[in-house]
Amino acid sequence: MSHILLRHREIPDINQLSVYKKNGGFAAFKNAVMKMKPNEVTDVVKNSGLRGRGGAGFPTGMKWSFIDNKNWPHYIVANADESEPGTFKDREIMEGNPLQFLEGLAIGCYAVGAQVAYIYLRGEFWELGASLDAKIAEMEEAGLLGDKLFGTDYSLRIYTHLGAGAYICGEETALLESLEGKRGQPRVRPPFPPAVGLYGKPTIINNVETFTNVPMIMANGAEWHKSIGTTDSPGVKIFSLSGRVRKPGNYELPLGTTFRELIYTHGGGVQDSRKVKAIMPAGASSSLILVDDDKILDTPMDYASVRTLKADLGSASIIVVDDTVSMDWLVNKTVHFFKHESCGKCTPCREGTYWMSRISERIHDGAATRADVDLLLNVAKQMQGKCLCALGEFSTMAVVSGIERFRKDFDNAVKA
Amino acid sequence: MSKQVTLTIDGKSVAVPDGLNVVDAAKMAGIEIPVFCHHPKLEPVGMCRMCLVEIGRPVRDRATGQFVIENGAPKIQFMPKLETACTNKVEEGMVVLTQSAKVADGQRGTLEFLLTSHPLDCPVCDKGGECALQDLTMAHGPGKSRFIFEEKMHLAKMIPLGELIYLDRERCIQCARCIRFQDEIAGDAVLEFEDRGRTMQIISRSEPGFDSIFSGNTTDICPVGALTTTDFRFRARPWELGAAPSICAQCPVGCNITLNTRREAMTNGEIVVKRVMPRQNEEVNEIWICDKGRFAYHYADGKQRLTKPLVRKDKKLARASWDAATKIAAENFLKEKKDFVILASGRLSNEDLFNLKTLADHAGGKAYLYSHMAGGELTALVGVGAGTNFGAMGQGTTIVVVASDLYQEAPVWYLRVKQAKERGATLIVLNPRATKLDKYASFTERYEYGDEAKAVHDLTKNGETAEAVLKASNVVVLYGSEGLGVAGSQSLATACAKLLNENGFAGKSNNGLIGVWERANDQGAWEMGFTVEDDLAKALKGKAVYIVGADPVNDDPKLASALAEAEFVAVQDVMETATTEIADVVLPAQAFTEREGTFTSGERRVQRFYPAVPVTGESKPDFAIAAQIARNMGVILEGMSAVVVFDLLAETVKSFEGLNYARLAEVEAQLPVAGRSDMYYSGTTYANKHGLGAHLSGAATRGEKVSIPRVQKEAVPHPKDNELLAVPVNQLYHRGTTMMTAELLHERIGAASVSLHPDAAARLGVQAGQTVNVSFNGTSGAAVVKLDDSIDEGIALVPRSMGIAIREPVAAKVKA
Ligand SMILES: Cc1cc2nc3c(=O)[nH]c(=O)nc-3n(C[C@H](O)[C@H](O)[C@H](O)COP(=O)(O)O)c2cc1C
Ligand code: SF4
Ligand code: SF4
Ligand code: SF4
Ligand code: FES
Repeated sequence: MSHILLRHREIPDINQLSVYKKNGGFAAFKNAVMKMKPNEVTDVVKNSGLRGRGGAGFPTGMKWSFIDNKNWPHYIVANADESEPGTFKDREIMEGNPLQFLEGLAIGCYAVGAQVAYIYLRGEFWELGASLDAKIAEMEEAGLLGDKLFGTDYSLRIYTHLGAGAYICGEETALLESLEGKRGQPRVRPPFPPAVGLYGKPTIINNVETFTNVPMIMANGAEWHKSIGTTDSPGVKIFSLSGRVRKPGNYELPLGTTFRELIYTHGGGVQDSRKVKAIMPAGASSSLILVDDDKILDTPMDYASVRTLKADLGSASIIVVDDTVSMDWLVNKTVHFFKHESCGKCTPCREGTYWMSRISERIHDGAATRADVDLLLNVAKQMQGKCLCALGEFSTMAVVSGIERFRKDFDNAVKA
Repeated sequence: MSKQVTLTIDGKSVAVPDGLNVVDAAKMAGIEIPVFCHHPKLEPVGMCRMCLVEIGRPVRDRATGQFVIENGAPKIQFMPKLETACTNKVEEGMVVLTQSAKVADGQRGTLEFLLTSHPLDCPVCDKGGECALQDLTMAHGPGKSRFIFEEKMHLAKMIPLGELIYLDRERCIQCARCIRFQDEIAGDAVLEFEDRGRTMQIISRSEPGFDSIFSGNTTDICPVGALTTTDFRFRARPWELGAAPSICAQCPVGCNITLNTRREAMTNGEIVVKRVMPRQNEEVNEIWICDKGRFAYHYADGKQRLTKPLVRKDKKLARASWDAATKIAAENFLKEKKDFVILASGRLSNEDLFNLKTLADHAGGKAYLYSHMAGGELTALVGVGAGTNFGAMGQGTTIVVVASDLYQEAPVWYLRVKQAKERGATLIVLNPRATKLDKYASFTERYEYGDEAKAVHDLTKNGETAEAVLKASNVVVLYGSEGLGVAGSQSLATACAKLLNENGFAGKSNNGLIGVWERANDQGAWEMGFTVEDDLAKALKGKAVYIVGADPVNDDPKLASALAEAEFVAVQDVMETATTEIADVVLPAQAFTEREGTFTSGERRVQRFYPAVPVTGESKPDFAIAAQIARNMGVILEGMSAVVVFDLLAETVKSFEGLNYARLAEVEAQLPVAGRSDMYYSGTTYANKHGLGAHLSGAATRGEKVSIPRVQKEAVPHPKDNELLAVPVNQLYHRGTTMMTAELLHERIGAASVSLHPDAAARLGVQAGQTVNVSFNGTSGAAVVKLDDSIDEGIALVPRSMGIAIREPVAAKVKA
């Protein structure tokens, strides 16, 4: 099957405007602007069943329809912060097939009436930022961005913005704060961005991959999109595969592909032919899927099925953990990550991640007791449901699932 | 009244105004939801997670929008998670549980988290005893921590954010109340968080550090001992302190304060004032005070206090009895009769000023107010009327500020005016140069020094401002004395009074003229009939002068030489000054902290202050000393009781009619709820239990016909080619006699300065920071050059009370 998102893998130089256009590029955008009403565009995306690829899997068309039409101007922000450990798909899109992403973004803008869009890139993506700027300039020159597009009244400009190196700035409201030039700390929600977003104005925030799906949906129709993947999770997804696999990398596959197919058919199997012990489907924010039964690998990777394993598909950054890994080590790693990235705004996350890191380090160092393992579990649970944003909640996922599902690893690590 | 919403909190049905958040709504109903980051004066942020409660909302039928009824009552759906009460607004039919096991568990959890990194050094912490973290831990916290003590994160504990406020980073619970106060209330966004996660810390990003004249307030609302004042740090424990209600005597705003006192060994067993705290009065200062009010109180317990009457004998001042001293004064005053002059300042209470004025009237003398600013007979006539409340001003009100840098001259009015603007009022700022208030102004108009009256006159001529003034429902004009002496401020006041009177905005509730006076009770003096004298030196020369609460010798060499040629000088003050040194008789007065009395604020609110500390030596209240002198002159005045003096005053002075001490001591419920048991909520401010004060009546409301005289154009001096026009400006922190006793503020007071336009400085060959000589009319002094590109090239700004005696605009030479 040819790629829908990672088309650069088949079409050389599709990152060049002429090549992209030759392959049907910007026809969907032009058609939308010239021939469709904004809400008709939203309806197509709604009917396609496209769900956000940034982690939460929220239906994209529905999000667009929430934009508050009583308050103007509207903004769109592309979330290109891509900071989840184990996630590296947006980067490949923006490097290989940037114009499809930009076209999707432009179509989204037209659908919600935004005349200004921002691309918020993680700070380390500064080279990407420069190349996107060049693409944007080319598009302006080609009349694909700017004032009165295609002879209509619709105008659009796109700007890139670099973050300053914080995982939290991938969270949509922290991202908005950062974009406004403030500290990257999440806002209290509600109100949600489609009502009160950038500079207090209605704003739609979507992931890079989400936008990149849009041109093909507009070109081929909602039904075409629904014919790929599962009913619950239509379309393709880029799975960022990493961990103890032979061939880590991005794999664009229909949603609902099994773990087994991803790991063994595409990923070349586990290194040293060891056994899969656990899977982290959503990077460091995952609950650890316990693979104590080989059949678990036959679970389809779609939003609903992964839930049955008491985990979330999230951004689909599949980290494979084999039986050489002790979970106390893994949990110590994730906890340190979250301690380092906690923005500090709310008490449970700021204090809890610090406390958890102290305990997990003690456990990992062999200086702890079983009571400390219980304490770690209890502290994580004490955080749950109380944090201001999802980062705090994410930080407890590996801890709770790790201890509850792999208790033996922890007991082995402690003194008594 | 705004729309009411009915909800149920812990089974109790409560009706509250729509738009409130659940914490504030519960508080109104007497239900306490513990908070750290929420503060009723600040926007909610939902950071600390202390206010977690269970919230249920009635389920609505999708089709009809009506509540779904189940078993005869609306069906309530609870969220699976606890929610923050501070960020959720009340809704009709909402059900809130604050006492459930789930809520208690959440509160216990939040406290355990907060305490994991807290030093718990309560025994040496200044906040101990009035600490929200202590109180809420006692009420909701775990008895024991599961955190290992050795794993606590250690951080710096003595960080001066500026020289007034210290930060203890270990104690900070990252609630951002201080940051938000500075951003939202003070408008000086100088505090910030740095770093993130557990190492997130408060920093000051201004130079000098914590550059805000409202900084002390952050120590009141900081829920822990992370922010403390240099003044009070390690000085006393809160529970040892006595608390006396008082009124700040530093400026015409009249902020309500509490004087915390303690008897201590350090001062030989004396009872002394340990700190000044705000006292709630939502119509005056809410729960805030400025740093001058908070820190410049030391003069009352200063070493230079006068304790005994002194009489000059053989060229030296020697101890004397009250009888002897007052007799000598009386004899000299009687002897001069027509040449008897009283010079009193607005530092005195209404009672003092009333007795002094009565004495002058009966003895045929003159009673002058010691001030460079005129126009008070007009504020007494068309000043704001009863019921005036800055807190209620918003849409429909137009506020004009002219010739005043409000931030420097009346800090809390600056806050009130800023807030009124934020609530929708129109703000017009008229000043020849940029001031801080400009950033909130709807219209900023620049005029040239000397054109003040014209600028006011033109307000109603020009389109936009004319509309803003003439179409407003209420108009308040605050006028000051920037660039003005007696004559200039007189014409400005007249122009303002005319504008208000002619357009029906005079002397009513929320309408009228306010003088931004130099001292706390200048307005009181004007109501009593005091006047100012343009050529004060001439008015003192050769006279028998009775100086009360003023230090002209220190302030102005011209006045010093005039007094040297006076027939006789009696000086009555709380402390030794340059003027007491030249006196023939010195009479020791009690500080306002030692006695009772009343002040009339600039917005004509009469407020009581109460004794806080014992009397120093043999000193007496000013009104009593005046009465004793009067008796020796054959004039009978009340000299025993301030209450009685006030009653006489209320019978005599029309605007005071109907007022008495009991009336002034009345209180109404104040929102937000503040005070000792509510410290976790509003901070350590004191509740008002001793009176909100009462307004004087305006001439218009008394049905009197008001006519305003013609505006006299004042002649501005014309500097020669090698001269600049030096204009006086007013500075909050200055080198005045009482301020200099606050050593803590010396760094902020700094040196005398002169501000020049950069081009003027270049022309004179001087640079910013350079010390130059400023001279005019035989006076000269050193000043440090500052640059200000918002002024004209021909102007030199010279701050008052900074060592260069400038009363009014004058042609001056500035030399390197
Ligand atoms: C801590 C945290 C980090 C996040 N990081 C990212 C990110 O790097 N990229 C991203 O697209 N979404 C990220 N998200 C999700 C966004 O908040 C948001 O849901 C998403 O951008 C919405 O786009 P979508 O609807 O297209 O998925 C993060 C969320 C959280 C709580
Ligand atoms: S949960 Fe963590 S990252 Fe999110 S607001 Fe709270 S401290 Fe910040
Ligand atoms: S801030 Fe409160 S709890 Fe902390 S040390 Fe001070 S008194 Fe104790
Ligand atoms: S210093 Fe005080 S007010 Fe400021 S964030 Fe820390 S605890 Fe809160
Ligand atoms: S989160 Fe509500 S009081 Fe702090």
